[in-house]
Amino acid sequence: MKRRIFLKGSMAAGAIAVAAGAGLLAPARVLAATWPKAAFTAKSEADALNAFFGSADAQDSGDVTLKAPLQAENGAVVPIKVSTSLADVEAIAVVVAKNPSPFVTSLQMAAGSAGGMFSARIKMGQTSPVNCYVKAGGKVYKTSQEIKVTVGGCGG
Amino acid sequence: MSLTRREFMRLLAAASAAGMAVNGRSASAQATDYDVPTFGNLSLLHFTDCHAQLMPVHFREPNFNIGIGKAFGQPPHVVGERFLEYFSIPAGSANAYAYTCLDFEVAAQKYGKVGGFAHLATLVKRLRASRPNSLLLDGGDTWQGSATSLWTKGQDMVDACKLLGVDIMTGHWEFTYGMDRVREIIERELPPIEFLAQNIMLTEDASFDGKPAFDEDSGRVFKPYSMREMNGIPVAIIGQAFPYTTLANPRYMIEDWSFGIRDEQCQAMVDEVRAKGAQVVVVLSHNGMDVDLKMATRVTGIDVILGGHTHDGIPKPSVISNAGGRTLVVNSGSNSKFLSVMDLDVRDGRVADYRFRLLPIFANLLPADPEMAMLIEGAREPFKQQLDTVLATTETTLYRRGNFSGTFDQVIVDALIEVRGADIAFSPGFRWGTSVLPGDPITVERLMDQTGITYAKSTLVEMSGETIKLVLEDIADNLFNADPYYQMGGDMVRVGGLRYAIDPTAPIGERLSALELNGKPLDPSHIYKVAGWASVNPQPDELPDIWDVVGEYLRDRKVIRDVVANVPRVKGISNNPGYLAL
Repeated sequence: MKRRIFLKGSMAAGAIAVAAGAGLLAPARVLAATWPKAAFTAKSEADALNAFFGSADAQDSGDVTLKAPLQAENGAVVPIKVSTSLADVEAIAVVVAKNPSPFVTSLQMAAGSAGGMFSARIKMGQTSPVNCYVKAGGKVYKTSQEIKVTVGGCGG
Repeated sequence: MSLTRREFMRLLAAASAAGMAVNGRSASAQATDYDVPTFGNLSLLHFTDCHAQLMPVHFREPNFNIGIGKAFGQPPHVVGERFLEYFSIPAGSANAYAYTCLDFEVAAQKYGKVGGFAHLATLVKRLRASRPNSLLLDGGDTWQGSATSLWTKGQDMVDACKLLGVDIMTGHWEFTYGMDRVREIIERELPPIEFLAQNIMLTEDASFDGKPAFDEDSGRVFKPYSMREMNGIPVAIIGQAFPYTTLANPRYMIEDWSFGIRDEQCQAMVDEVRAKGAQVVVVLSHNGMDVDLKMATRVTGIDVILGGHTHDGIPKPSVISNAGGRTLVVNSGSNSKFLSVMDLDVRDGRVADYRFRLLPIFANLLPADPEMAMLIEGAREPFKQQLDTVLATTETTLYRRGNFSGTFDQVIVDALIEVRGADIAFSPGFRWGTSVLPGDPITVERLMDQTGITYAKSTLVEMSGETIKLVLEDIADNLFNADPYYQMGGDMVRVGGLRYAIDPTAPIGERLSALELNGKPLDPSHIYKVAGWASVNPQPDELPDIWDVVGEYLRDRKVIRDVVANVPRVKGISNNPGYLAL
């Protein structure tokens, strides 16, 4: 299949602006889940994590990978992809530490999901660590990458 | 260093008697040096970042090329005597003139101009005569940097490169002619030269809109690699365009294209060409040398990276060990001042050995190739009168290259402040721009060497002291971030009016201090008038072009003298081999 056609198709079908692969999305649960308002409105990363996961503790893990540019071409739409090979994935959350509201997006997974993939475009006000959290088997795992947002110019 | 013409002539006279003798010897020695013994069974010839300089020029190498962290004291971050020591080059020699800024004025008189496509063509022909199995590779920044390239939208360079016999190129400043012109050249005018880039993808929006791409499945805009059979040996060339073009240059000119280092993709390309049987894998790169060096540790299976962008002329390859073996990293300078010759001996399906030479192009030692000279003359003829128009004369060497401001930059920021009525002026830290010797005229052509871009509007904006510091910190991080993948490859923005101190080793936000304007500290809350040019955002047509602003200033001044570049106080570099005190 041509990439362009696939993208068009996925866009047309995409009521939610994220693509979730590998893991099983449970639409009913997603729709039924309560909007994690406290996490999205929190002004600090710790508050957001407490609101979403019930704890701000997370363990660095090589089983969570983040694919993202090192330097954003446009801070308003930074493409990222989080994936994990962990078993029993319950939720994925993305936090931009230096955004005024750091909690930028999250995904609830159906019970018993093995692995997961989640791509999105996020907005970044300035250079910041982008932290990705995966809750699996009752524990929260983390990976992080700094994405630079620059005023640009002057190269070359 | 500032010399009046009289002082300068006196210096020359003092050097002359010995100079004649030395000149004669070095000329014959150099002529012999161009006869590089052949080796192995195939050869790669490489030049990069010629910045559209078809004619021989003067180009002063930097006295600031500071290496931070792991790059401390490592090529390319060695300058002056430290460069000569590192590469065992005799002081005062022609090579010392080519590679360093030492005694620039005297050496420039003695050894003459460098580069020029007619002289480069002679060398290419000679080398190819003895090397029937060779490729000529151009690392890009070829279509921009001169008046004639700007005025012909790169056409003069496309014609010259075809006559020169370039086989394959990649790019960076090429993209500043905009997507339509780039596609027009690559599809219709450039063949048989191939343009390669594995790291430029259609943006998602452009994909939705069905914008053209080389490969719709992958979204790759250009052909990523080329397989060539040389002397019966399959060779793969992978293109790596400048990864941060959309940040360093206007994104609106190339809005459908997304750039990046994409080294995982590069690895996939290497694996793909190896699977197709490539026995030699070459990456033709516009990464910048620090990025090339890091990439060589991460991507395995590359035999040679032929690099450019940071304008580093490095006489020996850096040999980088990685999980797949070793990768040779070559960077071949700028301004058609150098040609790299990499001879490879391929045995039993792999590169067994190599010989490398980086040859400086001394225009006095290589006769002009008549055919190329005629093409260049024809390209310049319609513009002759404009090119030769004299705006002023200089008594000081005017140059740009270096981590911090050069004297030509100083003229530009002085002009911006005076003509635009600003408190402070910014001029981009480009690494291109030729040098002008004391006593020489500053012609329109020399001014365009410094300013010839497609987004040349001069801006005047109001900025708070706080914003000014933030902008400077941001740009300093693009230069001095300890991780090369976060660097952009330009030099520090040149600043007029404002003085500051900088600690390159500090983290972002903490590098700059002691910001002062007219002896008073920069007030974070005060609003200043800041002039600049080369904004990466669209600007109104009615704004003046930078060459008109500087041209007006030069005509008014008539003679440029006593220019002192506004170099910041740089902390913690007294023992850094990338710094030479003048």
